[in-house]
Amino acid sequence: MSLRKAFPSAFRAATRAARPSTFAATPRFLTPIQMRLLSDDTRAAIDKAVASSPVVLFMKGTPETPACGFSRASIQILGMQGVDPEKFTAFNVLEDSDLRAGIKEYSEWPTIPQLYVDKEFIGGCDILMTMHQDGSLAKMLEEKNVLVPEEETPSEPPK
Amino acid sequence: MFLPRASIAGKRFVSVSSMSQSQSRTPLEDAIRAKVTEALKPTTLEIHNDSHLHAHHKAMEGVMSKETHFRLIITSQAFASKPLLARQRMVNTLLKEELAKEGGIHALQLKTRTPEEEKKLADKEGA
Repeated sequence: MSLRKAFPSAFRAATRAARPSTFAATPRFLTPIQMRLLSDDTRAAIDKAVASSPVVLFMKGTPETPACGFSRASIQILGMQGVDPEKFTAFNVLEDSDLRAGIKEYSEWPTIPQLYVDKEFIGGCDILMTMHQDGSLAKMLEEKNVLVPEEETPSEPPK
Repeated sequence: MFLPRASIAGKRFVSVSSMSQSQSRTPLEDAIRAKVTEALKPTTLEIHNDSHLHAHHKAMEGVMSKETHFRLIITSQAFASKPLLARQRMVNTLLKEELAKEGGIHALQLKTRTPEEEKKLADKEGA
């Protein structure tokens, strides 16, 4: 399945141009209080990322080579559902520590992957899986008009 | 007569409990159980530690903790009339500290059901 759009450089461009890497200098031991400080720059960059496509997945690794089983499962579900690659963007949080830390705070969700549809946070892998199984995901994606047109639906069987 | 005895008993109790806490080999699991039990009064609470399945993953390089990946099955009336996202947020919020801290929970899989949903599921599986 080829869900990948060119890796979006918008996020990196936005964060790097705006600000030297303050995150890089931050000690590894962050207290919950420190972690709550999501900078305006990062927030703006994530706003942009979330709005970059109708369907946005923040994941570990890339759609072709997911670096985590939960990210892999999420990509497979979106593939099985027939999400249109043209309407999909994946962000690899492992490529950007600002994004990795920031998205958790932004979504108020502690784990990766995270799915957004039309800028709305849908959930993580468990929610995606549950919605996939009970049919509500198909319904929602259909309503949002983000699936590949009927006649082009890939017939690739799920693994 | 009563007072000294009471204080001895109290002391012993304190020392035993603090000992068992510091010696627990599953501090995170203990914390999960305590917090979920207190806040959600679950009728079912299963805590599965799947960390060993992920110990060789790249992200786990250099991590010594044996408590990184958990899978919880929680049945609670507290979930009634709440959408899935809200239910999971309730649990995430409960375990915020454990999820955020260095060497804490890395992955948390959740099944959050109400007693009615659990029963329906059991009926379906039994049928």
